[in-house]
Amino acid sequence: MKIEHPNRPAPKAEAGTPLLTVDNLAVSYGGIKALKGISLNVNRGEIVAMIGANGAGKTTTLKTIARLLPISSGKINYDGRDLGPVSAESLVEYGVSLVPEGRGIFPNLTVRENLELGAWNHKSKSVIVETEMEVVRLFPRIGERVKQVAGTLSGGEQQMLAIARALMARPAMLLLDEPSLGIAPRLVADIFEAVARIAEAGTTILLVEQNTRLALKYSRRAYVLRTGEIAMSGNSKDLADNEEIKAAYLGG
Amino acid sequence: MKILNAIIAGVAQGSMIALVSLGYTMVYGILKLINFAHSEVFMMGAFFGLFLTVGFGLDTSPMFAGVAGTLAAMVLAGLLGALVEKVAYAPLRARSGGRSNTNTRITPLVTALGMSVLLQNLAQLLFTARYRSYPQLLPIENARTIVFVVAVVVMIALQFLVYGTWFGKAMRAVSVNVEAARLMGIRTGRVISMTFVTGSMLAALGGILYCLSQSQVYPTMGVVIGTRSFVAAVIGGIGSIPGAVLGGVLIGVIGELTKLTPYSGLQDVIIFTVLIVVLLVRPSGLLGKAGIEKV
Ligand SMILES: Nc1ncnc2c1ncn2[C@@H]1O[C@H](COP(=O)(O)OP(=O)(O)OP(=O)(O)O)[C@@H](O)[C@H]1O
Ligand SMILES: [Mg+2]
Repeated sequence: MKIEHPNRPAPKAEAGTPLLTVDNLAVSYGGIKALKGISLNVNRGEIVAMIGANGAGKTTTLKTIARLLPISSGKINYDGRDLGPVSAESLVEYGVSLVPEGRGIFPNLTVRENLELGAWNHKSKSVIVETEMEVVRLFPRIGERVKQVAGTLSGGEQQMLAIARALMARPAMLLLDEPSLGIAPRLVADIFEAVARIAEAGTTILLVEQNTRLALKYSRRAYVLRTGEIAMSGNSKDLADNEEIKAAYLGG
Repeated sequence: MKILNAIIAGVAQGSMIALVSLGYTMVYGILKLINFAHSEVFMMGAFFGLFLTVGFGLDTSPMFAGVAGTLAAMVLAGLLGALVEKVAYAPLRARSGGRSNTNTRITPLVTALGMSVLLQNLAQLLFTARYRSYPQLLPIENARTIVFVVAVVVMIALQFLVYGTWFGKAMRAVSVNVEAARLMGIRTGRVISMTFVTGSMLAALGGILYCLSQSQVYPTMGVVIGTRSFVAAVIGGIGSIPGAVLGGVLIGVIGELTKLTPYSGLQDVIIFTVLIVVLLVRPSGLLGKAGIEKV
């Protein structure tokens, strides 16, 4: 079963107020410039997509926002606070969670232990139980497998677990790095449906995808990244109709 | 009967070795680093134990002095282990920026060897090279039983620590994916320090139990026992906690059985032969998991 999804408007309450602002951000690996001064912003309640070819710098962008990579120049501002001096370890306390590319689950731990570690910043039994119930409602397949060792889950289930684990921190903003990577189409649909529901429940989402069609369908706005620079940006609907995008990313 | 007795003695001996092996295996599990300085922490722990049990008043209350001295020595050894990590390994990790290549693996290994030599020389400087006799704290007839029971209790506690606590969960998470662990909010540096503290405390306990039954402590004692413990960890499958226990007991039993033969001097030769055979048949050790290591 697949439900058609129109591009959603932002929830009315806080709509339009910026949550994440990236200003002229540059990042290098040694001498190689991976990001050459990109600027973007994500408003509360939005799903914003970032698309682009292999090596465009999408993962670099998310990892830098998540403070796993050092900033060469530029600013990252989240909810009025500068993320520059913040460490990756304390980012969850700010309300930002990254679901890394390749999922990054802990394969040697059980599904439940993975979820519990997602709640590291609460460590309160009652909050964990309650959050796990919400998360499992979103991903019933994860709920059925809490005792299983995470490494034995299928790729799609591992991706669900990675998202579920990030949600355990009760983030206000979720950074998703290619949730569709290497996953059977049927599960991809499930995952995107879940992402839409997460956003409906009030979590702001920055979604990185190579699956341009899905990314543009589920997001409200999008940025196109090309070799470390923003090549285009706008409403996802407009971008989906754009001839250049169609030719380059949607297979004509 | 002689064989049975040797096996019992071997299990007791092996459980001490296992206490030391656990430190090698825990650190390897989390950092993929062989901490050669661990054998010297074991030796230092034994010295701390000697001075502290005497300091706590052996003559007035041997029982109290023994227990308090051992616990205090474990704490000191734990701090020493954490210090080694902070001074020698943490700066290298910070410089490699979490990336792994040949250099990021060899440099810490050489550093570990250096720390081992440094600590051994430091011990000779501080305590002189002479053999010191250890107080006879354990009643001879029950010594083995006490050693064995203490080791088993500690291993059960460790099992609980690793599988039943937040720290243990964090430790297992950091051992497979440091970056993902950081994203959860885990202070990975702290988890690594605590792993060194735990392993070093166990090594000190092993050292004290060893000296109580062998009755002597000296600065180079880490070389022989440390090497045996390291081999035990590798035989069991380095990185595997049950593996370290199994390897330790195996080596203890082999050692005692050898003593029944005319070749008792060849104990270490036999142990290394076992190591080579095990590695040929199962390269990742008896209980080691092949291929779980992330690249
Ligand atoms: N650790 C690294 N060291 C050196 N260069 C790197 C490193 N990681 C990424 N790069 C380079 O930075 C650029 C951007 O990489 P990034 O992973 O951000 O791309 P991406 O858009 O996420 O690609 P993909 O869609 O394949 O995941 C690439 O040219 C890549 O080769
Ligand atoms: Mg990427």
